[in-house]
Amino acid sequence: MAILLTKSTKVVVQGITGREGSMRAKFMRRLGTNVVAGVTPGRGGEEVDGIPVYNTVQDAVKNHGLFDVSVTFIPGTALKEAVFEALDADIKWIVMPVERVPLYDILEMVAYGKQKGAKLLGPGSIGVNTPGIGALGWLGGSVEFASRHFVPGHVGVISRSGGQSGTLPYVIAQAGFGVSTVLHVGTEPVTGMSFSDVLPMFQEDPDTDVMAIFGEMGGSHEEEAAHLVKSGKFTKPIIIYVSGAWAPAGMKFSHASAIVERGSGSTQDKITRLREAGIIVMDNPNEIPEKLKELKQQGKLRVK
Amino acid sequence: MARLQEHEGKALFKIAKMPIPQGDVAKTPEEARRIAEKIGKPVVVKVQIWAGGRGKAGGVKFADTPDEAEKAAAALLGATIRGLLVEKVLVEEKLAIDKEYYAGIIVNAQADARCPVVMFSTEGGMDIESVPADKIALMNVDVLRGFRIYDALNLANRLKVPSQHIVPVARLIVGLYETFKNYGARLIEINPMVVTKDGKVIASDCRISIDDSSAIRHPELGVAVARESSTPPTELDKIAWWVEEKDLRGTCYFAEMNNQIQGECYGTIGYHGMGGGGAMLGVDGLNKQGLRVPDFADTSGNPPASKVYRAAKLVFSQPGIDGYMLGGFMAANQEQWHHAHGIVKALREELPKRPGFPVMLLLAGNKEKESLEILREGTKDLNARIRIYGGERVYDTVGLAEEMKEMVLEYKKEQKG
Repeated sequence: MAILLTKSTKVVVQGITGREGSMRAKFMRRLGTNVVAGVTPGRGGEEVDGIPVYNTVQDAVKNHGLFDVSVTFIPGTALKEAVFEALDADIKWIVMPVERVPLYDILEMVAYGKQKGAKLLGPGSIGVNTPGIGALGWLGGSVEFASRHFVPGHVGVISRSGGQSGTLPYVIAQAGFGVSTVLHVGTEPVTGMSFSDVLPMFQEDPDTDVMAIFGEMGGSHEEEAAHLVKSGKFTKPIIIYVSGAWAPAGMKFSHASAIVERGSGSTQDKITRLREAGIIVMDNPNEIPEKLKELKQQGKLRVK
Repeated sequence: MARLQEHEGKALFKIAKMPIPQGDVAKTPEEARRIAEKIGKPVVVKVQIWAGGRGKAGGVKFADTPDEAEKAAAALLGATIRGLLVEKVLVEEKLAIDKEYYAGIIVNAQADARCPVVMFSTEGGMDIESVPADKIALMNVDVLRGFRIYDALNLANRLKVPSQHIVPVARLIVGLYETFKNYGARLIEINPMVVTKDGKVIASDCRISIDDSSAIRHPELGVAVARESSTPPTELDKIAWWVEEKDLRGTCYFAEMNNQIQGECYGTIGYHGMGGGGAMLGVDGLNKQGLRVPDFADTSGNPPASKVYRAAKLVFSQPGIDGYMLGGFMAANQEQWHHAHGIVKALREELPKRPGFPVMLLLAGNKEKESLEILREGTKDLNARIRIYGGERVYDTVGLAEEMKEMVLEYKKEQKG
């Protein structure tokens, strides 16, 4: 079992005829994802890699029934319309590997997604990868790279950095372990899902024994994860690295933000809160393999 | 995030029909005089720079006559305030202040919010961070419903704004929200919102930062570099943005920053990271070894070699660097040979000018073997301290920074001797 994605998960790709959309649709398919249809207005009737293309999501639904997931390869300034369209077609999972999305658009689509009871991953998320089952977005990069370095196993991976969501599985595989599911929450200033939304799914997943997380300065993902653990809603071991200890104070964008962030956001503050919650915080990222081996010796992590 | 100057922000307020002081921008003392003559009463002359705290830094002067306004402008124009050259001043009517309020809007990205937060306070004119919580009224806005006039009235009412002022105060807050929404702001403030002795409510000063990704919708704002920063763009920052704008394949990010080392500083490393998260790892590692990093650079998202080359040249353009590091702390999905080619070209131009220069190159991921071969072959005849590593050291931030430090110390000793 895996979080979010199974062999039967029905996927539609919005923006499938674009350069990114067509390339990533093929990638997802090669890894085993059940990509059923694509949508590009004005390109209905065409095919991409054998996948039928429709003018609207509604038309795709008429021909194939409801979809579980939409993956959107849409330019940032046009993303909002596509996401509203998907939400109105009753799609409950939307993965958005899209950057440079205007902030107010993000707020509107996240609010509408919440109203519709849907989960929005991103924007700015390169997606999800469950080795042996498939991928949503382009996490794993190429089929060659993903097949070699994304080994099935029992470490759940979450990252705030796209590059690091590929690097953690690589390092975990080199240490002789594998990953259950790898998920990138996204790089935009506001995202539809945070660590605290994703962790409960890993908690439910019998394939996940421990979590490896790549955190960053700013925002509140890490503090929220710490809170979740403290309140007993996540009980599996977590190892985390938080980057950006050096960040100049001025990079926090304003004084006013402190009013709502209540003093959180700095790397040092995050580390303190994570440790208070009993989460294992690494001083250096290359300690991760060693920690995994320790967890294995303690019987907390299966190898295969 | 692109910060607007006060007069640019007030131009947006004017569009939203929000009351602002009478005034205009002057680039010469004579212009300042003419504006003061037109206003026909005492004025205030304010420098137009990015930094806050202009008053304390001597950037705000009062003038009772056009003569004085001209003199004030002459003193301010061309001066350097908080490290920034003053090129423009705003000449405005001096307000007879009765009370000072505050209004601001930011975005709360926390999991339980993900919405704009409207803030109002009766304690204006100071840093909002120093205002006690019970003097600030907050409201999370449901963007699908919008922000309504009675929401603003309720915020003002909560802090007991007198009835005779509450409607104009609420109108200003609604205008602020409209501006926030229409221009894609990430932060917007009126501080202070002045209640004058004759009972008018006026946006006396403002602070606006436009969201990077929204700036593209508003060419009229003339945002030079749509990138998050706490300081105005430097010359190198502007060149980097030019490189980025000319070729949208992949990312070339470059920003000079004020990176300080706690404890002894052993040297300064021109830093060329790859991928936001991976790039940060390298800075963490170098800082821990007492090596300062004057820039944050990042080439990722599969840029062409030409873009990587330009980023490397920018890194080398910084004065006073004692080494160069390509911090590829990620197993990249992109084929790494484009990076290898771009870096080799830059090194072949830069290193002959710098005998013995320390260079650390880390590249990992797709086409790693071929890429490392390109780096080795392309640099083998150069007279420099060059170390080249791949995937086996992708997370060895400590070890690589230690090696870098050793090379820097040797190099500096050599320079002295």
